[in-house]
Amino acid sequence: MNDKVTAIINKYGGERGQLVSILQDIQAEYYYLPGEALIQVSEIMGIPASRIYDVATFFKAFSLEPRGKHIINICLGTACHVRGGSRVLEQVERCLSIKRGQTTKDHKFTLETVNCMGCCAVGPAVKIDGDYYGRMSTDKVEGLLAKFE
Amino acid sequence: MTMITAVKKIGSRQDLEALRKELVKERRAERPVISLCNGTACRPYGCLKLTEDFKKELAKQGLEGKVELRVTGCHGLCEKGPIVVIQPGDIFYQQVNSEDVPEILSETITRGKIIDRLLHTDPATGRKVVHRNEIPFYRKQERNILGNNVEINLANIDDYIAIGGYTALAKALLEMTSEQIIDEIKASGLRGRGGAGFPTGTKWESCRHAPGDIKYVIVNADEGDPGAYANEGLLSGNPHSVLEGLIIGAYAIGAKQGYVYVRNEYPLSLANITTALRQAEQLGLLGTNILGSGFDFSVRINRGGGAFVCGESTALMASLEGKVGEPRAKYVHTAEKGLWNRPSDLNNVETWANVPLIINKGAEWYRKLGTEGSKGTKIFSLVGKINNTGLVEVPMGITLREIIYDIGGGIRDGKKFKAVQTGGPSGGCLPESMLDLPVDFDELSKAGSMMGSGGMIVMDETTCMVDIAKYFLTFLEEESCGKCLPCREGIKRMRQVFDEITEGRGSEKDLEFLEQLSATLIDSSLCGLGQTAPNPVLTTIRYFRNEYEAHIRDKKCPAGVCKALMHYYVIEEKCPGCGLCVKECPQQAIAFMGKKKPVVMDESKCIKCGVCYDVCKLGAIGKR
Repeated sequence: MNDKVTAIINKYGGERGQLVSILQDIQAEYYYLPGEALIQVSEIMGIPASRIYDVATFFKAFSLEPRGKHIINICLGTACHVRGGSRVLEQVERCLSIKRGQTTKDHKFTLETVNCMGCCAVGPAVKIDGDYYGRMSTDKVEGLLAKFE
Repeated sequence: MTMITAVKKIGSRQDLEALRKELVKERRAERPVISLCNGTACRPYGCLKLTEDFKKELAKQGLEGKVELRVTGCHGLCEKGPIVVIQPGDIFYQQVNSEDVPEILSETITRGKIIDRLLHTDPATGRKVVHRNEIPFYRKQERNILGNNVEINLANIDDYIAIGGYTALAKALLEMTSEQIIDEIKASGLRGRGGAGFPTGTKWESCRHAPGDIKYVIVNADEGDPGAYANEGLLSGNPHSVLEGLIIGAYAIGAKQGYVYVRNEYPLSLANITTALRQAEQLGLLGTNILGSGFDFSVRINRGGGAFVCGESTALMASLEGKVGEPRAKYVHTAEKGLWNRPSDLNNVETWANVPLIINKGAEWYRKLGTEGSKGTKIFSLVGKINNTGLVEVPMGITLREIIYDIGGGIRDGKKFKAVQTGGPSGGCLPESMLDLPVDFDELSKAGSMMGSGGMIVMDETTCMVDIAKYFLTFLEEESCGKCLPCREGIKRMRQVFDEITEGRGSEKDLEFLEQLSATLIDSSLCGLGQTAPNPVLTTIRYFRNEYEAHIRDKKCPAGVCKALMHYYVIEEKCPGCGLCVKECPQQAIAFMGKKKPVVMDESKCIKCGVCYDVCKLGAIGKR
């Protein structure tokens, strides 16, 4: 039994209705949802593991695979789309040689997309590790990625 | 930020009034206020650092305590962020950066001088505007709900109480019966701001009369529409207004437990509603015997997991129960059997925030704004190819043209307007000929679009309408929960047809097929996601048929967006041969021909990534 996982479940009083929040917190701790943690949630909360897996795979926010050191979120909301967000995504895919949803071999970057982050004014927008970068274009991608170690 | 002055609970209306007076006195102290936007949209501009710079500089110039630095939520004109508004004087500075800070303090605050270069320029007249209320962007707005953002330090209950917050709650709990509140809401004509526009009072009434002792009220803050951040700006900037509305609704309906379901992609909203909740609990505005009325109510916050379908009421409730967010058929309404099979009332963030206003000012006052069938104001996130991107709040009945041209300042880069999209993936695209349509639930539906939760995306001549329809289908295909077949397979099949059309393999029969399949989805999908999914397709076929025909017959994308049907080329007379595109091209498809000679592109090597187009600031790369 992992104490951290137990502590997260206890924080929400083990309430079934808080399952999504509990999984969010576990993911915030490990950057993904480790299998053992899901089993532990199942045992403590008395929910079948298949149900936990159901929820963990339904919601886009969750990853069952280990993710990279830096999480790149490319906004593909409509406002960013009409300003060329998908071209920015393609450029990042080319630069890192991965497709969206994947992690680089060196585990440095995970590339994800999001459907609006609420900063449409500066679209196309990109978020890396919680910091927002606005007015992105294909030619700025390489320089931005180079900033991350 | 000022600290909560009263840690003791507010046990009565007198307590609330006494606290308010004390706070107002403190605010009225003759000192200037610098209101600085720290909303999500201003974050990429570096407003957090700017806030720190202001704090340091205030100390350096010995102004600490003499000037109030108010760190607030969204001010609206996101395009020109970071925004600073100075009181007294209503002086509006835009695009402020760190270097401007010492001057703002020494010149404007200390000497009362206006700094010209930070002022807004009226695009129509070219004149500088000093006062916020004179800026065209704000002039036609009615910021009844959003306007208070600038008065409130992020998630600060003292500020909210100082401007009259929770007085509506006191009035509702201590002077009105549940029936009176419901009657007032019904009389106001308030309709759900989440999109479909169901009358709020009627919804409350059926939930109140539904059999059962335990009932729930829920805030839907799972704003999943791509390109809409209206709820975000409101919930992060003024969370207490939503909470106050929720408590009033709970009392009217007879619920003792409430939930706020927040989209996890909105960290600021989540943080601020969490803080607001804690503050309200500390002051006794949530909990037992609220304001001495005998009414008990508590609220929990749940986070979404990034599923668009969870904005649908039954899917959201399933998610609240810890299950996957799949909707169910609504033969029995959620007002009767919702969360945990008990009567539940779910309303959008903006709907809840309208409630305190109606209770305080009365239904009669509220009805004065708007059209016959749509009352009050509506918040939109005005985005896309528009000059003044931002959050706007307009009276119902205003025309789309007024929003786009008078408030939004028209189309960017001198381009031509093509379409405006409202209602997100459930809405439609309206052409120029529909621009005089009023913002009204029924009028927008009649035109094939819908009000939606507040996205208003403006598109210009460089936007391909076929691509937009495909974009929404791709989005919905990913977001379909897969429970019912028409939605799961129908959207996928439609998207496949769009692949054909945008790759030059479309046929004349495709449009007829798309319309047939659309009818099937509308009739037979389980929930709103599938039922409204055809809207972007049907409206683009209806209003932009010529673009479909260009893709199908001529194998051309007139806007130059669909990759298979366009290519980049060098506009020789504009190219000075600087070689920047040569350096950046990942395919070595562009050759340098010597100084002052235009570069040459080998189209067979080009992968159409668009780097050359983006990197060339002289416009020497064209699309055709």
